[in-house]
Amino acid sequence: MPTVSLKRDLLFRALGRTYTDEEFDELCFEFGLELDEITSEKEIISKEQGNEKAQGASDVVLYKIDVPANRYDLLCLEGLVRGLRVFKERIKAPMYKRVIPNGEIQKLIITEETAKIRPYAVVAVLRNIKFTKDRYESFIELQEKLHQNICRKRALVAIGTHDLDTLSGPFTYTAKKPSDIKFKPLNKTKEYTACELMNIYKTDNHLKHYLHIIENKPLYPVIYDSNGVVLSMPPVINGHHSKITVNTRNIFIECTGTDFTKAKIVLDIIVTTFSEYCENQFTVEAAEVVFPNGKLHTFPELAYRKEMVRADLINKKVGIRETPENLAKLLTRMCLKSEVIGDGNQIEIEIPPTRADIIHACDIIEDAAIAYGYNNIQMTLPKTYTIANQFPLNKLTELLRHDMAAAGFTEALTFALCSQEDIADKLGLDISATKAVLISNPKTAEFQVARTTLLPGLLKTIAANRKMPLPLKLFEISDIVIKDSSRDVGARNYRHLCAVYYNKNPGFEIIHGLLDRIMQLLDVPPGEKKGGYVIRASEGPAFFPGRCAEIFARGQSIGKLGVLHPDVITKFELTMPCSCVEINIEPFL
Amino acid sequence: MADGPVAEVLLQRLEAADGGLDSAELAAELGVEHQTVVGAVKSLQALGEIIEAELRSTKRWELTTEGEEIAREGSHEARVFRSVPPEGLPQSELMRLPSGKVGFSKAMSNKWIRVDKSAADGPRVFRVVDSVEDEVQRRLQLVQGGQAEKLGEKERSELRKRKLLTEVNLKTYWVSKGSAFSTSISKQETELSPEMISSGSWRDRPFKPYNFSAHGVLPDSGHLHPLLKVRTQFRQIFLEMGFTEMPTDSYIESSFWNFDALFQPQQHPARDQHDTFFLRDPAQAQQLPMDYVHRVKRTHSQGGYGSQGYKYNWKLDEARKNLLRTHTTSASARALYRLAQKKPFTAAKYFSIDRVFRNETLDATHLAEFHQIEGVVADHGLTLGHLMGVLREFFTKLGITQLRFKPTYNPYTEPSMEVFSYHQGLKKWVEVGNSGIFRPEMLLPMGLPENVSVIAWGLSLERSQVSSPSSATSSANRQLMMLEGKSGPYFSSLDSSIDILKKRAQELIENINESRQKDHALMTNFRDSLRIKVSDLTEKLEERMYQIYNHHNKIIQEKLQEFTQKMAKISHLETELKEVCHSVETMYKDLCGQPEATTLEEEQTHKDSEC
Repeated sequence: MPTVSLKRDLLFRALGRTYTDEEFDELCFEFGLELDEITSEKEIISKEQGNEKAQGASDVVLYKIDVPANRYDLLCLEGLVRGLRVFKERIKAPMYKRVIPNGEIQKLIITEETAKIRPYAVVAVLRNIKFTKDRYESFIELQEKLHQNICRKRALVAIGTHDLDTLSGPFTYTAKKPSDIKFKPLNKTKEYTACELMNIYKTDNHLKHYLHIIENKPLYPVIYDSNGVVLSMPPVINGHHSKITVNTRNIFIECTGTDFTKAKIVLDIIVTTFSEYCENQFTVEAAEVVFPNGKLHTFPELAYRKEMVRADLINKKVGIRETPENLAKLLTRMCLKSEVIGDGNQIEIEIPPTRADIIHACDIIEDAAIAYGYNNIQMTLPKTYTIANQFPLNKLTELLRHDMAAAGFTEALTFALCSQEDIADKLGLDISATKAVLISNPKTAEFQVARTTLLPGLLKTIAANRKMPLPLKLFEISDIVIKDSSRDVGARNYRHLCAVYYNKNPGFEIIHGLLDRIMQLLDVPPGEKKGGYVIRASEGPAFFPGRCAEIFARGQSIGKLGVLHPDVITKFELTMPCSCVEINIEPFL
Repeated sequence: MADGPVAEVLLQRLEAADGGLDSAELAAELGVEHQTVVGAVKSLQALGEIIEAELRSTKRWELTTEGEEIAREGSHEARVFRSVPPEGLPQSELMRLPSGKVGFSKAMSNKWIRVDKSAADGPRVFRVVDSVEDEVQRRLQLVQGGQAEKLGEKERSELRKRKLLTEVNLKTYWVSKGSAFSTSISKQETELSPEMISSGSWRDRPFKPYNFSAHGVLPDSGHLHPLLKVRTQFRQIFLEMGFTEMPTDSYIESSFWNFDALFQPQQHPARDQHDTFFLRDPAQAQQLPMDYVHRVKRTHSQGGYGSQGYKYNWKLDEARKNLLRTHTTSASARALYRLAQKKPFTAAKYFSIDRVFRNETLDATHLAEFHQIEGVVADHGLTLGHLMGVLREFFTKLGITQLRFKPTYNPYTEPSMEVFSYHQGLKKWVEVGNSGIFRPEMLLPMGLPENVSVIAWGLSLERSQVSSPSSATSSANRQLMMLEGKSGPYFSSLDSSIDILKKRAQELIENINESRQKDHALMTNFRDSLRIKVSDLTEKLEERMYQIYNHHNKIIQEKLQEFTQKMAKISHLETELKEVCHSVETMYKDLCGQPEATTLEEEQTHKDSEC
């Protein structure tokens, strides 16, 4: 969930009134936002870097507000204030208009070289805008928030904003060899080639995260104006030449990317949010893009879409009884201008370009419910009569767990993921022999594989609890994972039961006795006859020679028991003899 | 015996005494070791309020072994003086005396004797005065008589320097009558025994009172894991509410079931390598329900079922990617897909509680795996009000009654609501779960009828421990800290704010203080009961020992008597036999001729040795 940091006083001025922290928190809650933290720049710095560094930092109160991940229109002060003021019926949602300029329309030509790297670009112009320091900062911040969220860290879409007065169209969006691209990047004093820049930015804490998007590509995307001035090398850096400042009046916006839909949404969000500061409020100057196939598109789309939803459907889905007129009013408060049409039960809703999150009637229904107030909805119990059933494997597990504890063993809960070493090397096995599933992207070595046995987890638990009085008697009943090509995903779980006895003596007889007790509980008689269980001398690398037996029950091998090999004990950083039993309980279902 | 002779005397003296008596004095009077009296005091104390004993510590001067010798036989110098006859003694001879070396120099410095080095047979020692006063002996005798205070500080320290005196700390008891004082005490029984029950002797025996403030002995027992106990409680609640448990026995899931089937777009951040564990082997799911897959693909890329869709290029390869399930909603999706295949539709209530995985590095607030609790209801015409109603019932069963709902965004539910409950301890609203109505884009491609709604909610088992007042199982007894010793993070995912941490720290400190106090009380208690037990035990042992000694003595006596009798008999028999042999021998000699004599003799010796 993205967090937006706003200056409180600025926010209240824009909202046209002040709130106490509690009142504002309440308002956020109702609207689906969360006032996450009340802080200041000074506080943030002193928390992160210590009090000395915070000296002289601003102590203007900041509200940190969590915004739902699909509400890109609320990612800055302007959008958030507009949303809240419409919600509180202070203002009406503005109508955003795209205008064709009287003079020449700005044009961006995409060449076919971009197809392999970043094929899409959309553009627009904000004409006669008036920035202040706060507005300018908010404009930059919104781009950053969009980059981090919908743009997926610039991988899907990257935004470039330029001072149009320093450039001359038409523009060209192309892709070139890195060595052939040379320009003065933002905030640098001299020109570099793209190759040089990639090296320089490797140490830049902000930009280094975006290099990988184009780094190993033969051609880098780049935008030129008609004089060969570089506007930007998306998605990494803009040119210094067209840098915008507080005094910039005319802004050229380009969004390049690999996802056309998202590029259009991003452009719509930027222009709708900041057209408020244009001389002609809420108007955006159109610009054209010529695609490699010669087709010409005009942007921003600023599309208003009409949806039809029946009032009784909204009432039925939410569980309320509101008149169609009231529902239309509720929706209008959510920036969805609505009116009752037709037979008086039909509501026509206009979806503005700011609300790309509305893709289905259910999204409209949710907005109606939010405006109605979730906490005003009458709670009722569904009349769904059903008979409960337990999942048989879990039922068996529950029964066994209690009896294991009653037998004096203590239940452990260990991680299902572990290192390769835990399930293979430490138990004297080769990883290929374990049939374990392997994780491709673990952040730490603790999570390389899914366990194939419960034993390592229990031994690690003992190692972490060596201070406890002996004997330590632990058990766990949980799942292990084995590759199985007959399953759709190529692997399956098995429910295992494992118990260990750790003491000054191996206590094989105790573990054996526990097995006998388990079999008694499962109603499996001892003996070779059908349906019975026996243990037969066996061996395994994890066990002390001659102290291992395989367990057969109901005609199949279900596991092993025995005294652990001293090497295993040592590898798990233990010092005492230890015996264990591990069986698959699924045959007893 | 608890009322051994000393104890008995002590009680008698105490009865006669005015106020009380000192244990050391009593020992002196009775002529027994002080320790014996102390033992009697302790055993009487153990009987309850019979006596009161106050520990006193006094300092006392005592003679060392050497000091005792001097008090008896005089100081070394005096002994040297006495051994010098009027006609003198050669110095070498004097030096050989036991007190020679020390006594000589002292006697010299006292000017009691002199040495004449000009004597013919070497240096010779002569008396200087006729008689001496042995001051050292006198002083030591004073101390021995318990009148050490008559000596001056200087004199005492001088004697101490000569290692003739030591100062000892004497711990004595001032014994006085207790509230239940009596001179006639009978031995109290500690425990009821089978013999007492069968003989009925318990009727006449007094029993020692129990110390009820002592702690009991913890039973030897196994335990269930606290978190899994809570899991059991949740299962119970769902079962009570008529929910059927879904199979969740596959940690490995395809991206298709984990994400695509839930209408979660392929570029969603949750599908990032940073957040999800993907598999290297088996890397891909080989089997997918292709009919259904196509409907899902169309909904994502083009829309349908009333949806605009996400309008992107949906890739099958992305859907095939295997991963460790990031939520149990994948299992719910499978269950709902199976439900959709059943015609006609029947309403269903499902639940599951199982592990899910997130690609995190472990720290105080992050776990790579945790348990997710999920509830699902599928029926015609379910509303948001129904969802809230079910949630209210569910949380009420957990002891959470104050609920409110916040609009939120989840990729696969719309409307979505976060569930908050008012936490009495934290004095604020905390999130306890997430919920919503599954999107039509998820349900309709499965084949569920259009007017069927599916409401669902989920929460974390680990988190519920923090937020729920009733389910926080206070398993006070010694629970092993599980999860490789890192139980902390497993229960504290909620607490991020400093305030809460501070509060917890405060609570911890209070807990520590409280348990320290308890420990202290316990130790005192333990010390007392140990003291009583030990003195009891030693007495019992001693008693037993003496009994056994007596018994053994008797047996030994008897056996010895028997033995001497036997020995006497044997020697008697021996002489008799010898006599017989002798007469037989003479008989043969008389009867037979000479030649046989040797053989007969030989035979005879054999017989002799056999006897």
